[in-house]
Amino acid sequence: MSATAGDDETTGAAAGTPAGQVLLEVRGLVRGFDSLRALDGADITVHEGTITGLIGPNGAGKTTLFNVITGFYMAQAGRVVFDGHDITNLPPHRIFRHGLCRTFQIPREHESLSVLENLMLVPTGQQGESLMNAWFRPGAVRRQERANRDKALEVLEFVELSHVRDEYARNLSGGQKKLLELARILMTDPRLVLLDEPGAGVNPTLMQRLTDNIRYLNAERGITFLVIEHDMDMIMSLCDPVIVMSEGRQLMTGPPEVVRRDPRVLEAYLGGQYAVAEG
Amino acid sequence: METLVLVKAMLLFVPLALAFGLVLPARAWRPLAAVVVGAVVALAAAAGLSAGLLAYGVSFAIMGCVYALLALGLNTQWGYTGHLNFGVAGFFAVGAFTSALVTIEAPTGVAAQYTQMAFGLNMPFLVGVLAAAVVSGVVAFLIAVPVLRLRMDFLAIATIGVAEIIRLIFQNERWLANGPQPLRGIPQPMHCLVEANGCGWAPGWLNGALSVLSPRDYPLFYLVIIAVFVALVYVVIERACRSPWGRMLRAVRDEESSAAMNGKPITYVRIQSFVVGAVIMGIAGALYAHYTVTIDYSHFHALFATFLVWVMLMLGGSGNNRGAIIGGFIVWGVWSGTAFLADAIEPLLALISDDLPRRAAYFRWLLVALLLAGIVLFRPQGLLREEKVVSRYLRD
Repeated sequence: MSATAGDDETTGAAAGTPAGQVLLEVRGLVRGFDSLRALDGADITVHEGTITGLIGPNGAGKTTLFNVITGFYMAQAGRVVFDGHDITNLPPHRIFRHGLCRTFQIPREHESLSVLENLMLVPTGQQGESLMNAWFRPGAVRRQERANRDKALEVLEFVELSHVRDEYARNLSGGQKKLLELARILMTDPRLVLLDEPGAGVNPTLMQRLTDNIRYLNAERGITFLVIEHDMDMIMSLCDPVIVMSEGRQLMTGPPEVVRRDPRVLEAYLGGQYAVAEG
Repeated sequence: METLVLVKAMLLFVPLALAFGLVLPARAWRPLAAVVVGAVVALAAAAGLSAGLLAYGVSFAIMGCVYALLALGLNTQWGYTGHLNFGVAGFFAVGAFTSALVTIEAPTGVAAQYTQMAFGLNMPFLVGVLAAAVVSGVVAFLIAVPVLRLRMDFLAIATIGVAEIIRLIFQNERWLANGPQPLRGIPQPMHCLVEANGCGWAPGWLNGALSVLSPRDYPLFYLVIIAVFVALVYVVIERACRSPWGRMLRAVRDEESSAAMNGKPITYVRIQSFVVGAVIMGIAGALYAHYTVTIDYSHFHALFATFLVWVMLMLGGSGNNRGAIIGGFIVWGVWSGTAFLADAIEPLLALISDDLPRRAAYFRWLLVALLLAGIVLFRPQGLLREEKVVSRYLRD
């Protein structure tokens, strides 16, 4: 029902937002768990250069959408096209190599590695990850390790985590772990980053730092973001356009101020009570 | 007499120097200290210990080395990658039987009626060890593809089942390795050096110098060989683990999904570590077979070849290769020591009930179980904890 309604109300372009080319296109994605259809023909479009918000009531299928896009769950129907490549149901590490990264709702740091090595792990194409090189080409591995360390130190400087670089990642506070997730993204050169509730459980000061960082990366490094968030203030100030999901589909999409006023969105969040109250 | 002491001391020097190199603290003077202390202790042991005590010490050290290798293999799988492999015995058996089948000469004539076996290629010792490593690795790979989809306790159940299957194959397939009967006559490398005529390939002066040794001194040679193997495996595996490869393993152990989202091929990494660990266990099996000369299926029960190894790794420190070796020796010491203890308490048990002394052997397992409980409760990280910095390139 509402999927079609969402389609005619086109994205940011119609609302005057300068949108680049289509970077991520999700068409008719279906994923069920037993009798529950978490994704029920979801259609999502993300344009290059945007910070696109993804909101919706609990159980709307937002995180499932992330999991299917990034290859953690298999799609039962539908397609995911990223930058012209069909990445549907590829394993996560292959999707990553296309330049698509994600963070998790609850940070998933490598707890027994130091903060520094959490970051040094990230770069792809590390020679030392092959046994043969680890045994027989220590020189090449050493050079690469130096370069990766320098880059990691730079990134730690940027997210202001330098002082904990030798700490075990498990000993970081919740907020620092969020910053670490962001730092890991910075170790690569992603085209699109999926952020799953970056603001959850984060104090206002840190939240400000996070949003500043996201804005900076978007503006200066041209990274596109797709952000799931429940904090409406953050969504409204950071994202344009905003996609609303409900019951496994896209309900609508548009600039934040339009979305905020749309009765269908309120209805989705309030589960029909609003419609009854208004008559 | 004097030359005998000197020759024995020279042979003892190699394993002792390597052992001190392992346990002494990592300082600039370590290599020198290991050499000096190793030489002094070797001389003292060769001159001071009675022949019986020395022989006991040497056989103890050889089995300690076998277990140290098993613990090193398990450390790659469990310590670094978190594979809950309860099938150590299976790869140990594959290595032992492979090397035996490759190096034994196929029986002919009357002997062939008593011993049935496949292969019997009569190849040299090193070829046997190599074959053990390769076959064990291939078996691990074939098992890994279906079984590594499982995690933790499910993986443990599956691997213990695989190990039992492997043991039962060797127990029942007569054509393969003489079925329930033992496989005898596994050749011992360089054994001719201690024989009266010496080795054909050795220079005359060497045969002359070693002519003071008798065949019962052979374990001294074998200790040198196996100690060198432990050292080589340690260096090779430590190099791999203290590099981005090891970091990748640890990352997968800690948080698979995150490692996948950082572009690491999880399945490939998990299989790699499983196979590398199994290769080391296969080498341990080969070295065990050439030491004991006679093997049969009963040597590869899970209690000795799997769970004792687990206790060793837990005690030494999961994720620390030095700890794995040290744990191997300590637990093997505890296990050997409890044999005396079990003998000693037999009269005491007889007082309680006529039936009990026959079961004194189980008392040893009770003690090992208590040791394990103690480790888990009081020092879960083991004697040597996992090191914080993985990459050795970050140490400077």
